[in-house]
Amino acid sequence: MSELDTFKKETRAWLEENCPAEMRTPIKNDDDLCWGGRNYKFESDAQKVWLERMGAKGWTTPTWPKEYGGGGLSKPEAKILAKEMARINARSPLSSFGIWMLGPALLKFGTEAQKQQHLPPIVRGEIRWCQGYSEPNAGSDLAALATKCEDKGDYFLVNGQKVWTSYADQADWIFCLVRTDPKAKKHEGISFVLFDMETPGVEARPIKLISGKSPFCETFFEDVKVDKDQLVGELNKGWTIAKYLLTHEREMIGGQGLAVARPLEEVVAGLAGLVDRELEDKMLRAKVVEAMVDEWAFNQTVYRKLSEAKAGASLGADSSMLKYYGTELNKRKFELTMDASGHEGLEWDGDDAVARKWLRTKGNSIEGGTSEVQLNIISKHILRLPGA
Amino acid sequence: MALVLNEDEQMLRETVSGFVADKAPVKALRELRDNNSEDGFDRALWSEMAEMGFAGVLVDEDNGGVDMGFVAAGLIAEQMGRNLTASPFLSTSVLAATALRKGGSAAQKSEWLGKIASGETIMALAVDEGRKHNPNALKTTAVRFGNGFKLNGSKAMVVDGHVADQLIVAAKTDGGTTLFLVDPKTAGLTTTRTDMIDARNAAKLDLNDVEVTADAVIGEVDGGAEVLNHVLNAGRAVVGAELVGASSKAFEDTTDYIRERKQFGTEVGRFQALQHRSSHLYSELEIARSAMLASLTALDDSADDADLIVSMSKAKIGSVAKLASQEGVQMHGGVGMTDEYDIGLYMKRIRVAQELFGDAHYHMEHIAKAKGI
Repeated sequence: MSELDTFKKETRAWLEENCPAEMRTPIKNDDDLCWGGRNYKFESDAQKVWLERMGAKGWTTPTWPKEYGGGGLSKPEAKILAKEMARINARSPLSSFGIWMLGPALLKFGTEAQKQQHLPPIVRGEIRWCQGYSEPNAGSDLAALATKCEDKGDYFLVNGQKVWTSYADQADWIFCLVRTDPKAKKHEGISFVLFDMETPGVEARPIKLISGKSPFCETFFEDVKVDKDQLVGELNKGWTIAKYLLTHEREMIGGQGLAVARPLEEVVAGLAGLVDRELEDKMLRAKVVEAMVDEWAFNQTVYRKLSEAKAGASLGADSSMLKYYGTELNKRKFELTMDASGHEGLEWDGDDAVARKWLRTKGNSIEGGTSEVQLNIISKHILRLPGA
Repeated sequence: MALVLNEDEQMLRETVSGFVADKAPVKALRELRDNNSEDGFDRALWSEMAEMGFAGVLVDEDNGGVDMGFVAAGLIAEQMGRNLTASPFLSTSVLAATALRKGGSAAQKSEWLGKIASGETIMALAVDEGRKHNPNALKTTAVRFGNGFKLNGSKAMVVDGHVADQLIVAAKTDGGTTLFLVDPKTAGLTTTRTDMIDARNAAKLDLNDVEVTADAVIGEVDGGAEVLNHVLNAGRAVVGAELVGASSKAFEDTTDYIRERKQFGTEVGRFQALQHRSSHLYSELEIARSAMLASLTALDDSADDADLIVSMSKAKIGSVAKLASQEGVQMHGGVGMTDEYDIGLYMKRIRVAQELFGDAHYHMEHIAKAKGI
């Protein structure tokens, strides 16, 4: 038996023994996701136990090094773990910006002390992170950010405001882009710092969205003292880290279309009903087929680009292409779902109302860089058009 | 299914790319057109392509082919698409070779496949009738007559019909569809070359009591629909690859043009109105390329859902290619309307290839039915 076969057998046995039955059912809505953190209220004991067990093994972050609490698995082993989890429909034990965004950046740019301090609590889901990027006057033009960070000798002093900070009201720490040199060119005076959200002077206020939900906040900083050893990377070199993280974020958002469990044609047929195995509304039928074809071809493209990246080619600016296409497609799909829902789709029908999801998709092509910004990036970095 | 080319395929693409760009560039098509070439392609060049292995890419090695499969055939077609190369590759090496391999008797295979691979014999597939592709509603009939059949009807859009040494004719028989191998010189058969917008070969056939023997049947009597569908799927996937090649080159020519062309004292490619449309088209072309590789791979793997995948691919690629040709002419501005610039030639070839073996509407209807909506 090869080592991988042994690993597979042991993993299967461990999951069988340790994954609670309640954690082997499909996720119904966002509330079923586990975010962890200091003040997190677990939905059930099963959710808590599942996180603790997976966290202790480092399997919330299978490929992170063991010395930082990770699973230390090779890529083939991580693939086996993912397959074995899928086999028993195991839920992801932890949703975390620490895992998806900050962790990879710390592994690449962080000091040894920063890795030791921050990575293990991320792995175990003990500290929940949020991202401080956008500001009221720095949205698409992110590098225009103005949150001030002054060197006061023993510490940094941060003053300013962030916006669209996801779940800032529930986060324990923030990774934040700040202006450390107001005289430098806009990309060259930015730094990347970390601080506790309980530090005096930090305040997060939820923003109510058109969907009626409040996943985002505006976050204010007034004379917030930040330890100097929480600067990641070099002073004034934060933009490099920001770009690295944004690429991660784009791939994640672009891939969201893939996560929709039910095929569009099934959703639409379920809502609108069929007559003689056909949608009665022929115009809608044509648009649904068109969106299905585009979705299929888009999924093939995600798959192809990831395969190429594995073979050594860099995804580079193609992450902008995937983000642009995937989010625009998702909006189209939800418009068609609303079309099929008719009058019934117009009611605030509980937290899972189709209208809430439809409204939420409108943010897909804005967050993580608007579609227009992605098109600019393609023009500049791939097509190399003049002045782009 | 990897959708990433392996080493053999990458090498093939480089070989074909260099060869076609050198021997059969757009200029060659212009010469064929302007000289009113009777054949509509260069026979000497086709022999060279056969020597390179292109003609026998789908023919088995026992019959003198290289048997590299549909991804390889698609890579050849893609390069031909980029250069608007006129050749009997589609009609003979893809459609006829696939028909004979899938449905041909041992005798038919040994008689014809070798000649296809060597470039000696040109063959054409006669399926379409009337305005639109609709292989499930054939009107051409084949009625039993003595030991054989008598064919009546008419065919349209027969690619390379007027230069074909053998025709594969799809006709309605009592219990279904049957494919026949017909010598174009048979009494009662008239072939008329049509003058096409893309300066490429197509013909109409009139069949008036055309007599063939029972040996002419490819596959089973009444059982031709399955073979035909497989042949058409091969055609759809390979034409899809040609379209990806043609539209990618049209796009590259267009972005090259807007990088240079100056108006209002600056390159027009600086204007965001053109940049965003170019970036959108880039995205669509990347997606069309994935569709192309997925359909060719599905055929090579004999995937259960190959039929659906080929339809999704042809639908998507057809729409993207149309967008690429329209944006190409528009972004070229006035010169896009001139015969001197190549972009118009791309638009015309794309229009024809879009229509071949079903346009996006045809395939979307097929997908809707298959998915039950």
